[in-house]
Amino acid sequence: MGHPTSPPTAGLPAKQGVAAWWQAAPLTLVFALFFLVPLALVLMVSFWDFSEYELLPGFTFKNYVAIFEGCADLAQPCVTLSTYLSTLKFSLLVWGITLVLGFAVAYFLAFHVRSPGMQTLLFVLCTVPFWTSNVIRMVSWVPLLGRNGLVNQTLADLRLIDTPIEWLLFSDFSVVLAFVHLYTMFMIVPIFNSMMRIDRSLIEAASDAGASGWQTLWSVVVPLSRTGIVIGSIFVLTIVMGDFVTIGVMGGQQIASVGKIIQVQTSYLQFPLAAANAVILLAIVLMVIWGLTRLVDLRKEL
Amino acid sequence: MPRTFRVREPRPASFWALACVFALFVLFMYGPMLVIFILSFQGPEGGLTFPLRGLSLHWFRQLAAGLGVVDIGAALRRSLALGLAVMACTVAFSVLAGLAFRKRLAGGNLLFFIVVASLIMPSIIVSLGIGLEFRLIDSGVKAVLERLGWQAALEGYGTSLGLFTSALGAHLTWTLPFGLLIMFAVFNRFNPAYEEAARDLGATPWQTFRHVVLPLIAPSVVGIGMFGFTLSWDEIARTSQAIGDVNTLPLELQGLTSTVTTPAIYALGTVTTVVSFAVMGCTIALVWLLGRRKAGAR
Repeated sequence: MGHPTSPPTAGLPAKQGVAAWWQAAPLTLVFALFFLVPLALVLMVSFWDFSEYELLPGFTFKNYVAIFEGCADLAQPCVTLSTYLSTLKFSLLVWGITLVLGFAVAYFLAFHVRSPGMQTLLFVLCTVPFWTSNVIRMVSWVPLLGRNGLVNQTLADLRLIDTPIEWLLFSDFSVVLAFVHLYTMFMIVPIFNSMMRIDRSLIEAASDAGASGWQTLWSVVVPLSRTGIVIGSIFVLTIVMGDFVTIGVMGGQQIASVGKIIQVQTSYLQFPLAAANAVILLAIVLMVIWGLTRLVDLRKEL
Repeated sequence: MPRTFRVREPRPASFWALACVFALFVLFMYGPMLVIFILSFQGPEGGLTFPLRGLSLHWFRQLAAGLGVVDIGAALRRSLALGLAVMACTVAFSVLAGLAFRKRLAGGNLLFFIVVASLIMPSIIVSLGIGLEFRLIDSGVKAVLERLGWQAALEGYGTSLGLFTSALGAHLTWTLPFGLLIMFAVFNRFNPAYEEAARDLGATPWQTFRHVVLPLIAPSVVGIGMFGFTLSWDEIARTSQAIGDVNTLPLELQGLTSTVTTPAIYALGTVTTVVSFAVMGCTIALVWLLGRRKAGAR
């Protein structure tokens, strides 16, 4: 089986260009109707006014003003600012942990497991949990972390604690734990994919040239896995920044996040406010992605 | 077997450290799920945590009887129906688009960029947008009906938000990027010589696709179907604002986490996980069968 090196488009008659568009039409239509138009509407409605019953078309900055009301006083952060800071805190924490953990697991699979069969088996083992419901995977921490959960029971039996530890569940800790549990896969898969493409002779060359294990890791493996690291980081950061389900369930509905604010505002039918929040969130996410893609030309790598 | 002849180098210390990390990671991934699987078989007096008080199917029976006001059976049927619809659309649209991208496609780069953007867009924003879109459609339809004076139709009209309108669209923005990326991977490794041979033998484009391309890509197509179904089956964030009055199973489940305090919720977790794994198992079996048929035909 030869891999076609020239682009498959070479030398095709122009008529096929028309046929290609008919074939791409259903997919294009889905993304136009359910992605581009909705995003445009979010932007548009964020400038609308609203009453208790209906949306009032218009053009006003009222919603944005309402969101940032009282934010000028930096000594006492307003609700918006503290919510965004808390969301950012979770994003960075989860990103750091999943990156280190995902890199370690991918490195083990790519460089230490020798037989390809074993490699595939262990890789599949890591990805299987991704195919079960996120809520189930969150709920599954309750019997472990709860007030009378396995962890507290064990610690009490060992006489290490007298009263159950309360911060295990419905806390920042449980939220981060659940995020790591849910989304480390998004780091492992792209980093593993990048590592598998690294020419093994480069590693040998590094060690022949006298590099220590850490030097090889830092100067050869990490730069060559950069694409995977960036793709994984984009996934994890965007998911955590927009999340409201995990923070809701694992935080006991007590911890605020941008996604949760949007959800609550829509449930009160304050669509323009929710839309304005969504626009701000989107702007932040785009800035993060833009910053990350400065590090690597994804177009060239795909 | 060259393996037996290879001299085994001793494993470096880093191997053992990373092997421990990996083992702990796997335990971390599977441990909690195993726990709720076991706890769902609690006896009737059992609670949300260990110890296991007896062994029974009590909580599965409770689940079948219904949890409070929530009709689990109806939610399950809705999720299944939606999952199957998403699966069918994902397969059809991804394969077609995959074929299109092999040809000269004006604006193909832009389309690809949009598809990838959808994959990394925070789901709550997409969901909110789709919800808004259909609410605006509703107001539009109502205004038109009012203008026309069709009172009966106006009173009968509820909303255009629904399982097979807004929710289907919301799910497709999540499943299609995966489908398209798989098609890219497939066609990057696809040898066009087979198609050329078919054309030289006088096959029409449809015959070439039906008898040459489709059998060759069949395992991947089955895989895309599985991706479509399981991603839809477990989806919450994109559905949340875009579904209207009825709920899918994951949404009901999310609601139940704060109200239900019996192992029945673990039983529900076990049931949905079993469905996910059954779909995966069927897919793997089907791919294996297709592979064997291909090998047999050779």
